[in-house]
Amino acid sequence: MFERRLFREEHEMFRASVRKFIEKEIAPYHQQWEKDGIVPRELWLKAGAAGMLCCTIPEEYGGLGLDYLFDVIVFEEMARSGFTAPGFMIHCDLVATYIKSFGSEEQKKYWLPKMVSGEAIGSLGMTEPHAGSDLKNIKTRATRNGDSYIIDGQKVFISNGQLCDVIVLATKTDSSQGAAGITLFLVDTSLPGFVRGKKLDKLGLKGQDTSELFFENLRVPASAMLGTEGQGFALMMTKLAQERLAQAIRSAVVAETAIDWTVEYTHNRKAFGGTIADFQNTQFKLAELKTEAVIGRVFTDACIEKFMRGELSEIDAAMAKMWLSNLHCKVVDECLQLFGGWGYMWEYPIARAYADARIVKIAGGSIEVMKHIIGRSLYRELAGRESVRPISSSRDKGEGDKPKGRAAA
Amino acid sequence: MLKPRAVYGPEHEMFRDAVRGFIRAEITPHFERWEREGIVDRSYWQAGGRAGLLCPQVPEAYGGPGGSFKYNCIVVEEIGYAGYAGPMTDFSVHSDVCAGYLLNAGTEEQKRKWLPRLVSGETVCAIAMTEPGAGSDLQGLRTRATRDGDRLRVNGAKTFISNGQHCDLVIVVARTSDAPGAKGMSLVLVEADRPGFRRGRNLHKLGHLSSDTSELFFDDVEVPLSHIMGAEGSGFATLMSELPQERLIIAFQSMAAAQRAFDVTCEYVRGRKAFGQPLADFQNTRYKLADLKADLQVGWAFADQCLERHLRHELSALDASTAKLWCTEMHGRMVDQCLQFFGGYGFMREYEICRLYADARVQRIYGGTSEIMRELIARNL
Repeated sequence: MFERRLFREEHEMFRASVRKFIEKEIAPYHQQWEKDGIVPRELWLKAGAAGMLCCTIPEEYGGLGLDYLFDVIVFEEMARSGFTAPGFMIHCDLVATYIKSFGSEEQKKYWLPKMVSGEAIGSLGMTEPHAGSDLKNIKTRATRNGDSYIIDGQKVFISNGQLCDVIVLATKTDSSQGAAGITLFLVDTSLPGFVRGKKLDKLGLKGQDTSELFFENLRVPASAMLGTEGQGFALMMTKLAQERLAQAIRSAVVAETAIDWTVEYTHNRKAFGGTIADFQNTQFKLAELKTEAVIGRVFTDACIEKFMRGELSEIDAAMAKMWLSNLHCKVVDECLQLFGGWGYMWEYPIARAYADARIVKIAGGSIEVMKHIIGRSLYRELAGRESVRPISSSRDKGEGDKPKGRAAA
Repeated sequence: MLKPRAVYGPEHEMFRDAVRGFIRAEITPHFERWEREGIVDRSYWQAGGRAGLLCPQVPEAYGGPGGSFKYNCIVVEEIGYAGYAGPMTDFSVHSDVCAGYLLNAGTEEQKRKWLPRLVSGETVCAIAMTEPGAGSDLQGLRTRATRDGDRLRVNGAKTFISNGQHCDLVIVVARTSDAPGAKGMSLVLVEADRPGFRRGRNLHKLGHLSSDTSELFFDDVEVPLSHIMGAEGSGFATLMSELPQERLIIAFQSMAAAQRAFDVTCEYVRGRKAFGQPLADFQNTRYKLADLKADLQVGWAFADQCLERHLRHELSALDASTAKLWCTEMHGRMVDQCLQFFGGYGFMREYEICRLYADARVQRIYGGTSEIMRELIARNL
């Protein structure tokens, strides 16, 4: 077996405390939260007090200034528990990271301490009803008006949509432009003109308050802008690798965990005078899945290391996200089958894991977008060789998800 | 709309129209509520009876319309194609499975008593095979029906029973002797109003939300010996002869639902634009849909061929297992690949493809898992 070499003793101590937190503060209530379609705010405050939110935020902004592996541990332990209701990943990995990386001093000082404590919950407003993968095509407008901007538009599929206090919102400040017309704002949801739409009824992730959001004549000061005008798309591109890595991290753990559950179940489940585990089919299926889970683990950990050295490319991250998402879905499907009728019953974690899984091939960049990024890079390399010109590393930046040609999506 | 196929004549298409009318009037207005409540209204059953949708294969002598099993297929195809998996399974278990057992294994008295009530919807029927500790392994069943003078005492627990909350009559697979393996198994008719019969929870499932799938408990339930179907100890043999029909109808359920998933997806990709063109124009979309279309063509051809064989009493266990295995596996691939084209909307329950995806997963499990189908096919090699 491949030993994981990423973590040191302090990480493992933190891991133990995260597990304890999940056992005590999440496990007993998760079923209720699934019914409610939302978690209580107190959970966020408790998670903040336990040091589980935004571990990498520097001390000057109220954080602990820990390394990325502490965030990884939170994502991993949440994934291992099978509890998907609290939307910590979006909050920590995306929203806090955006503010930390692109925010003004004032924005950082205002929002980050509250995000670390769980007092302010973050969400990311990108997708719109008519623009998912095709992000450049968003319609939400931010129009300059004196020293403020007026925001009008609509977002959909927004995680933490009912709870969020702050949104990193993608808008168009210049509708004549594609990517270059996109600007990010940090929107305080207590402002007039911010309207929460309905909480969406989903296949899985039942405890997450995924919602529609509306912006009606919402006035924000120019100082709420994140980065500069027209810079939004480029900023988002620089964080995509991190976002996709986090998803691979989660999927790698779900795959491992579903296999563990299934090994245990098939070992105990009696049939035909033995157990399900006695069948060659069971052992061979699980052997294939386990092998793939180990390959996925090794690649994911290699990507984590690369990321921490600042070397994880958009292509590495796309490969990790695509391969681990596919594996995640394949594992829950094949494992559910080995549970027979119980696999279809919501009370079994494998049934919920199956329902939760299907979004991972879609959210955070669909499989098709990942293929596009990887496929495009192959020809770009070839073009570089033919012209005997070194490819500058900046060529991959700033263009991101810009499919060209008919084979794109 | 499902296209006409050579296996059906004009009389079938007229019936199909009537089924469509029934769906519009009796299912569509209530379906969302039923999904929320986890059960259909009792009036759905009576309406189905009035409209002639229940047990269309039952002969006139037993109060039925005396149609062929093709009419059963049409009911399943149409409700399945409408995307109403829960109501579809409810009827299918009652008409295609339970009525089949009564017709082919019931005594004359049992047929005369129960079949007219199944046809009218006055009695809702369920069949109880699976137990908490035994699903695929029918010989591992523990529920017992013990002889006590001229009575049987039924004891045991069943689970995943379709129509478990509505049923008035349950065909219980139980052990009537300690004869080893299959020999000690009998089918026993148990009415739901007998003392000691208890309905357990209506189980919360991944899909088929409006179908009442439940646990059932039998605590010293007394029935007369005349409630044994066929001869005592013949239960396993009856199961073996009736399971092919159940597997054939599941293949049709999957074909209809897969066709629906494909059709709604074709419509969606034509309308949805990304990167300046309809999704339908991307080569990836076109090739994936081409594969799925080929799967549908092959599946319908094989299923229809099996249906013809079934009507000639020539459908083998091998044919039925092959149809169930291939059509339900194809159904699983279909809903997964179709959902992907819907992006984030595919994960939202208000989109039909999302429900079709959740509903599909059980097809590879109930009525004999894919593994059991492979086992049966492999035995014939």
